Amino acid sequence: MEKFVRLTAKACPLTQPNINTDQILPARYLKWPRSRGLGQVLFQDLRFDAEGREQQNFPLNQPTWRDAKIIVAGRNFGGGSSREAAVYALYDYGIRCVIAPSFGDILSQNAVKNGLLTAVLPEVEAAELAAAIADDPALPVTVDLERQTISHDNLSYGFAIDPVSRSQLLNGWDDIDLTENHRDQIEVFKAKDRLGRPWAIPTTA
Amino acid sequence: MSEPLTLIDRLWSTHEIARREDGAALLWVDRHYVHEGSFHAFSQMKARGRQVAEPGLTFGVSDHYVPTRGRDRAIANPEIAAMVSNFESNATQSHIGLFGLRDPRQGIVHVVGPEQGLTLPGLLIVCGDSHTSTHGAFGAYAFGIGASEVAHVLMTQTLWQKKPKRMRITVDGHTTVGVAAKDIALTIIARVGADGAQGHAIEFAGRAITALSMEGRMTLCNMSIEAGGRCGMIAPDANTFAYLKGRPYAPKDAAFDRAVAAWSALASDPDAAFDREVTLDAAAIVPVVTWGTTPDDALPIDANVPDPARETDPARAAYIREALDYMGIAPGKKLSDITIDRVFIGSCTNSRIEDLRAAAAVLAGRTSKVPGLVSPGSSTVKRQAEQEGLHRIFRAAGLEWADSGCSMCVGINGDLVPPGERCASTTNRNFRGRQGPGARTHLMSPAMVAAAAVNGHLSDVRPLLAGRKL
Ligand code: SF4
Repeated sequence: MEKFVRLTAKACPLTQPNINTDQILPARYLKWPRSRGLGQVLFQDLRFDAEGREQQNFPLNQPTWRDAKIIVAGRNFGGGSSREAAVYALYDYGIRCVIAPSFGDILSQNAVKNGLLTAVLPEVEAAELAAAIADDPALPVTVDLERQTISHDNLSYGFAIDPVSRSQLLNGWDDIDLTENHRDQIEVFKAKDRLGRPWAIPTTA
Repeated sequence: MSEPLTLIDRLWSTHEIARREDGAALLWVDRHYVHEGSFHAFSQMKARGRQVAEPGLTFGVSDHYVPTRGRDRAIANPEIAAMVSNFESNATQSHIGLFGLRDPRQGIVHVVGPEQGLTLPGLLIVCGDSHTSTHGAFGAYAFGIGASEVAHVLMTQTLWQKKPKRMRITVDGHTTVGVAAKDIALTIIARVGADGAQGHAIEFAGRAITALSMEGRMTLCNMSIEAGGRCGMIAPDANTFAYLKGRPYAPKDAAFDRAVAAWSALASDPDAAFDREVTLDAAAIVPVVTWGTTPDDALPIDANVPDPARETDPARAAYIREALDYMGIAPGKKLSDITIDRVFIGSCTNSRIEDLRAAAAVLAGRTSKVPGLVSPGSSTVKRQAEQEGLHRIFRAAGLEWADSGCSMCVGINGDLVPPGERCASTTNRNFRGRQGPGARTHLMSPAMVAAAAVNGHLSDVRPLLAGRKL
């Protein structure tokens, strides 16, 4: 997994609340292997109409924001289904950081595993940031995970992220490798647990 | 004296193998359910040249992509056929238990697990599906995970997690006739909001919760995720144990009695503290339906949809306007004046035997004004319903009686609500396009869906229950 330390890029506002994973990646693309290019169907039903024409008013379709690497989203971004492919779609489109007042729990977990930062900014500050980019679409926004700040011009906000996700993103840790270091502990746990909770093993029908 | 513990504290500590400096813990997983959507995870595992660590604790169920009609024929759509067959060959190669398309026990993973006695109190259960919260109805710690985590569990039978915060939702008192677990769930979600329980493990408690059947408890825990909760759970009791006794994979005889003794300790201490508490009065809960595009847009059936012109918060007004526009409903319209195009009874929320009975009790001797589909939660539920003659009631009403799967809940097997059509549905998500591009979904209980079918518009089921045996 790629580390996330610091990023300066254009940011696209997408401020309606409750954009769920069904909107990020509609269910009909879930059978696509990632290699088919999930980025091209990111937000498909918001970005395009039923005939496949671009929706003019969708922010990511604005020329300046097409290559944005940051999204400034509304409350409860990515609630709903556990589909990690929603994160693949964001990442493969080129998004590296989503800033929002709150996120669906599973989406945040999935994001960390893929090097995508989900940064929590209070509602007022997120709205202020979105307004700033709306005023100046090409405004470069810097997200610094080490210092936990989001800044542009002279303005800087501190953002929240849980320490587990932070350390994982900064180090680009791979869970499987980490777990391997605990192999002995797992074996000890398992042996003890089998005695303590014999009922936890399924009986064969 | 040791500190009083909540149920989630107890479940967490029995599964903790190790803890990292940053607070993440490595947890042991007792049951891992997988379905066709797990292909990313199987590829990740293969790419590392690894195998399933504990095939005996891993169970596969074909549900998301399976056809609900014509199962004796090959699946016509090659992409869908490939999803089902790839999954089943992954499962077979990995030597995990499989409830495949042609297995008599096949069904929706969250129906099959409990029904087979695989889901038990005290277990940590994961699945690459957000509605894994369903299994918390048994006093298990059960939650949905993403593909990378599925791959991790496949390879190690463990998972890194941070401990969720603790939230208790207490529903005191008694519900009235015609109010189902779904009404309790939607009322709670409307109260706390679609993201209200984010980061929390929800424990449901109170008289109205313990009065629920296991089916009702599963409906409620299933919907925890629609309030943003990481999981939902209910302390196991005599109802739980009675449901599990004799299930194929549950402990047997003396082992069952010993298990019950252990499970009986799975409760929150009376003086345990929660990070958040919410209390509702069951007597005040009435049948509800959703009007918008998130599950917290739920209102009593006798209410009117909101009017953005009367909303003071501009952001809220904009949301209401967009939601009503998508739903094709005039601002301020009376909910019971909204006509529907079709109904769907199914999904891991409401497709168990009790749900089918509740819908059939309303439909018996009546006809549906609109077409509709009934997809039982499992092939086992289907057989039971047929033994009870419920299928005849649905068919006589004009509804289609199909095979089991996720079906029209998410539409990826091809069971879609056509664009622009309005569906009264027992499912869990009314998101834009959830039941198909442009589909309009109203969530409600099975009895309320039946009432909508009978009248052709959203309706209060209670008048239709007069004089009926429930
Ligand atoms: S029935 Fe619907 S919500 Fe349940 S597992 Fe299937 S797709 Fe998900």
